[in-house]
Amino acid sequence: MQATAETSSFLTSAREASAQLPDPTGGPLAALRQRGFERFEALGFPTTRMEDWRSTSVAPLAQSSFVAAPRDTKLAPEDIAPHTYAGTCSLVFVDGVFSTELSSQPDVPEGVFAGTLQDALEQRPAEVMKHLGQYARLDEQAFVALGTSHLQDGFCFLIPKGVVVEQALHVLFVSATPGVAAYPRLLIVAGENSQATLVESYVALHEGEGFNGPISEFALDANAVVDHYKIQRENLSTFHIATQQVYQGRSSTLRSHSISIGGRLVRNDANGVLDAEGISCTLNGLYLVDGDQHVDNHMRVDHAKPNCYSHELYKGILDGGGRSVFNGLIHVHPDAQKTDAVQSNRNLLLSSNSLASSNPQLEIFADDVRCTHGSTIGQLDEDAIFYLRSRGIGDAAARSLLTYAFASDIIERIKIDSVREEMEEFLFHRLPHGEIVRQAV
Amino acid sequence: MSAILEIKDLCASVEGNEILKGISLTINPGEVHAIMGPNGSGKSTLAQVLAGREEYEITSGEVLYKTEDLTDMDPEERAREGIFLAFQYPVEIPGVSNTYFLKAALNAIRKHRGEKEIDAVDFLRLVREKMKLVHMDESLLRRPVNEGFSGGEKKRNEIFHMAVLEPTLGLLDETDSGLDIDALKVVAEGVNVLRQDDRSFVVITHYQRLLNYIVPDFVHVLVDGRIVRSGGKELALELEEKGYSWLEAEVGALATA
Repeated sequence: MQATAETSSFLTSAREASAQLPDPTGGPLAALRQRGFERFEALGFPTTRMEDWRSTSVAPLAQSSFVAAPRDTKLAPEDIAPHTYAGTCSLVFVDGVFSTELSSQPDVPEGVFAGTLQDALEQRPAEVMKHLGQYARLDEQAFVALGTSHLQDGFCFLIPKGVVVEQALHVLFVSATPGVAAYPRLLIVAGENSQATLVESYVALHEGEGFNGPISEFALDANAVVDHYKIQRENLSTFHIATQQVYQGRSSTLRSHSISIGGRLVRNDANGVLDAEGISCTLNGLYLVDGDQHVDNHMRVDHAKPNCYSHELYKGILDGGGRSVFNGLIHVHPDAQKTDAVQSNRNLLLSSNSLASSNPQLEIFADDVRCTHGSTIGQLDEDAIFYLRSRGIGDAAARSLLTYAFASDIIERIKIDSVREEMEEFLFHRLPHGEIVRQAV
Repeated sequence: MSAILEIKDLCASVEGNEILKGISLTINPGEVHAIMGPNGSGKSTLAQVLAGREEYEITSGEVLYKTEDLTDMDPEERAREGIFLAFQYPVEIPGVSNTYFLKAALNAIRKHRGEKEIDAVDFLRLVREKMKLVHMDESLLRRPVNEGFSGGEKKRNEIFHMAVLEPTLGLLDETDSGLDIDALKVVAEGVNVLRQDDRSFVVITHYQRLLNYIVPDFVHVLVDGRIVRSGGKELALELEEKGYSWLEAEVGALATA
């Protein structure tokens, strides 16, 4: 598709970014950005005529214009304190720019790099460039191309062979200034037999518009174990379009949970390539939409080799005029015998104006596999509501309790106490009669 | 002392089908009334109507609970005022803990009465005591409400809830169905312990068997939405011997007369 007037402000921005940003690698990074710009120029924004974007129109985003982040936004520690998690080390980015003052120094074993992508590019350029941009597919995906053209800073986590990072790292992306577009980049490279936990969260300190277009790449070598949590909760005016690309080696384990609870238009693409035997890949999610929010979760898991396990459970709670899209594809390649893949999407409609679209898909080219998929779209169980009421629980509280129970199925899988408790608190506050729910669960 | 429950010529329908066709019944404090009848006679409907299920529409008649009109009250208000329905099919509620839910229910009732919320230690003591009544395994406390419970465990859990919430009027909707004789005895014993001068029960059952263990003061036979016969506990034995068909035949004869 040719660039149109709509893409022009983004195109200009992409052209300028790809041409002007510094390159500590002395060439390769600039070339990657330039490729991003060229591909975005060629692809343009996706339209609803494209299968992968059929139910999600990015026209409102394309028609908006954003400015680059001011580099001098100063926040006080108390501004971000409510958004940090006890027991984790926080690395804070304000409008996409790393803040040394607000961040803590990660307590990591020797040889581990946990810090900004800029520092990583300066200190360990060869290692970074071996992975950066190698997994996310900028040739086909417009938002990967757009983000790559703006590739400047972000978070880089390099865990050498055999190292276990016990402290969970939290990368906090704060939107502080309305009208800013940020393109955070995350690179997680987990060496053989290594282990780490990462929390990635997005918040806004204002109610204005903004755009976050993060791209994360996960490369797990043999036997590596990575736990990942993504919490998306900026504000009701934010556009958030994210791509998470996972590449896994033999017998590695990724457990990734994505929670989306705020945004005008949110799109998460999570893709996993299981390119060796014995891999376990979990991509779970929870989304809550209300008002005129729209959340779209697209997933693709490629089983390329035998004996891999993938599990996807996505649950959605829709209220008001909220809309959600779930599209999950499990593609089992001819070699991938003994694949064990489970995919499920469950939606709870709390209002008659909400709309959930669910499209689980299996493409199986091997003949000895166990693959299941399912989706449900339903309302609260009236029998359960009556049962609760008949014990003295009020109608609204009973509905809240059942709604909470629906969500807790995902939330209780969060292994970091402070993150899980914050999500629980969020629900207690959001649901009517949350104090009764708090008592009853 | 005034009646706990007075039902006067109650008619109720669901989706336009009349199920209850003029029921009158008075229940005084401390009494146990058994309601028997063939399948489809309206027994469970009566229980659901009394508990406030909104799908059932009361088309005429009245229901007074402690002299107040019950029909305008929401199910939760009825529960807080002391009406408890032990469900024929207790609902599984994943994600909601059996204990914490019960605590929330108890506190809703206490709040309604203007009492303080129960503290955690007292609640645990209460729960332990009441569990013994129904020989319930402690692990069922930590599980989600009824989730994965066996049929017998679900019924015991209903009686356990009732024991903790201490209602004024307990409605037992076919609590005996699906229970083996040992479980039946346990459930009956749980109810018997709760019998007292200011608490009444309506025991709905298809079979006389339960009434060997929960001995009723009165037995009413419901056929086709009407009480066709009332008597003492010996009526249950008569039904056990003769079945329901002779009463159904009488009703049929009346209807065609």
